Amino acid sequence: MSLSKIWVLAESQDGKPTSTTLELLTFAKSLGGTLEAVAWGPDVASIAGELGNYGATMLHDVGDLGDSLPGAPVASAIAKAVGEGAGPEVLLIGTTYEGRDVAGRLSVKIDAPVITNVTGLEVSGDSLVASHSIFGGTQIAKSRFTSDKSPAIFLVRAKTFAPVASGGSPANVASLPVGDIGATGAAKVVAKHVEELTGPKLDEADIVVSGGRGLGEKDNYSLIEELAKLLHGAPGASRAIVDAGWVPYSYQVGQTGKTVKPTVYLACGISGATQHLVGMKNAKNIIAINKDAEAPIFSVADLGIVGDVHKVLPKLIEALKARS
Amino acid sequence: MNVVVCVKQIPDPAAPGEMNSSTNTLKRDGKLIMDDSDSYGVELGLQLAEASGGGEVTLVSMAADGETGGLRTALAMGAAKAILVSDPQLSGSDALGTAKALAAAIKKAQPDLILAATESSDGYTGTTPVQIAEILGLPSVTFAKKITVDGTSIKVERQTEAGYDEVTCPLPALVTVTAGVVEPRYPNFKGIMAAKSKPVEEVTVSDLGLSSSEIGGVGARQEVFEIVAAEARAAGEKVVDEGDAYEKVIGFLEQLKLV
Repeated sequence: MSLSKIWVLAESQDGKPTSTTLELLTFAKSLGGTLEAVAWGPDVASIAGELGNYGATMLHDVGDLGDSLPGAPVASAIAKAVGEGAGPEVLLIGTTYEGRDVAGRLSVKIDAPVITNVTGLEVSGDSLVASHSIFGGTQIAKSRFTSDKSPAIFLVRAKTFAPVASGGSPANVASLPVGDIGATGAAKVVAKHVEELTGPKLDEADIVVSGGRGLGEKDNYSLIEELAKLLHGAPGASRAIVDAGWVPYSYQVGQTGKTVKPTVYLACGISGATQHLVGMKNAKNIIAINKDAEAPIFSVADLGIVGDVHKVLPKLIEALKARS
Repeated sequence: MNVVVCVKQIPDPAAPGEMNSSTNTLKRDGKLIMDDSDSYGVELGLQLAEASGGGEVTLVSMAADGETGGLRTALAMGAAKAILVSDPQLSGSDALGTAKALAAAIKKAQPDLILAATESSDGYTGTTPVQIAEILGLPSVTFAKKITVDGTSIKVERQTEAGYDEVTCPLPALVTVTAGVVEPRYPNFKGIMAAKSKPVEEVTVSDLGLSSSEIGGVGARQEVFEIVAAEARAAGEKVVDEGDAYEKVIGFLEQLKLV
């Protein structure tokens, strides 16, 4: 496998490339070679400038997919290019709702494996070695492909790299047509429901306030939301309370949720199961509040408060309100 | 309506995981249980089959060694039967190899709807369900919060970063279900007793017409080649709350100029 051509799946939100997209471009740029992006949507050209600023020279435009879910058509467009010998050697995709759909469908179309949940990527000889955080982040598994199938597809978690602009000119836009997708493209979005987001996104926030089982009941999650809002951060959750139906899946931090690396992570009533630690252990600072002095979360906390969240959180909220 | 629910049997997540040092794969030789993540799909499948006034839930799973412990749990919840792809050659399969084996087994059941979790709790690659849909040439809706059946199509509320999308999709289709969206029923005594005699059809890789080069460690074209210790994180200050510990938190945030 050579690294002469790398593609990054560029996702955007509110008309701008997501931070994960910029992180992937920054890493790909450091590998040298030709760096190109793939995107879809009604106005792909509008992000060509920003993608170029982070090193992409070409932007392959899958086009406006209308009300279709992107997984099948985007995978088909990439597979078509690969089949025609115009594909990349490496394809980097963010671990997102759409990214996972594209990677899964593409892997079948071109019969190529996918390396998933990547939290580190480095060059070794002429190939890439991926790192994965395992067992609560205490160990790192290193993986690689054993065939030279192109492209090598990696699904990379958010915050694996730091985004740095390299100041390139806008990427040239070229069309990347969708092939015949038959019945696989039959799912259609008929309505979008946007829940009001008052703060930053969970995986981009500088402060994350997460709640767990220790909150006792669903209604007490409002303490987490209030504290997050006061600190201009994002609310998160442990798997236990997502499984219990207190908050949606999109709030989940951990192995089967999101990876976060905020400046401060505040874990409230979270014991610190390995499942959770994987997703937050690399926060710059960790504060934990838990009434069990032996909870594993304290082993990674810079500041541990052995106490009842029902007592500590209301006082903390009052004190912060008094200051603002 | 006939529903297939994909069920993974995994080592107890409460027990500390272990890697097999010769193959660098997860040790799976102890007792296996049904992945909790799958209990939501089983529950939803049962509800949808019941609501349709006819039809049943068939479980599909795979194991290298004929393990059925986790399947019995789902059968006790109310699933009618199971198909288990069981073959020593499956050991070491990657997500794509797993998808090939499961897709071939699902095809036998001819379902209207296939349900799976968004990802398993042990391997959590999160790509297998969509790979199954692509192999079977079916549409898919991932990260579902809610599914309603409307004749020959379904309406799904799909989780997004900003909220959720309402998605319609003709059947047959595959849907992945997020955790916590329904309350999985506990198997009662009657269910547990009934599960013991429910049919579990065991099929091998060659029964499904798959080549041994596509699955198992042979078919996996990726490997974990090294496990290293992660940078350890030391515990810092720990205080017992005497009513004023919130001040410590504020002091910590002040020091970082965050308040």
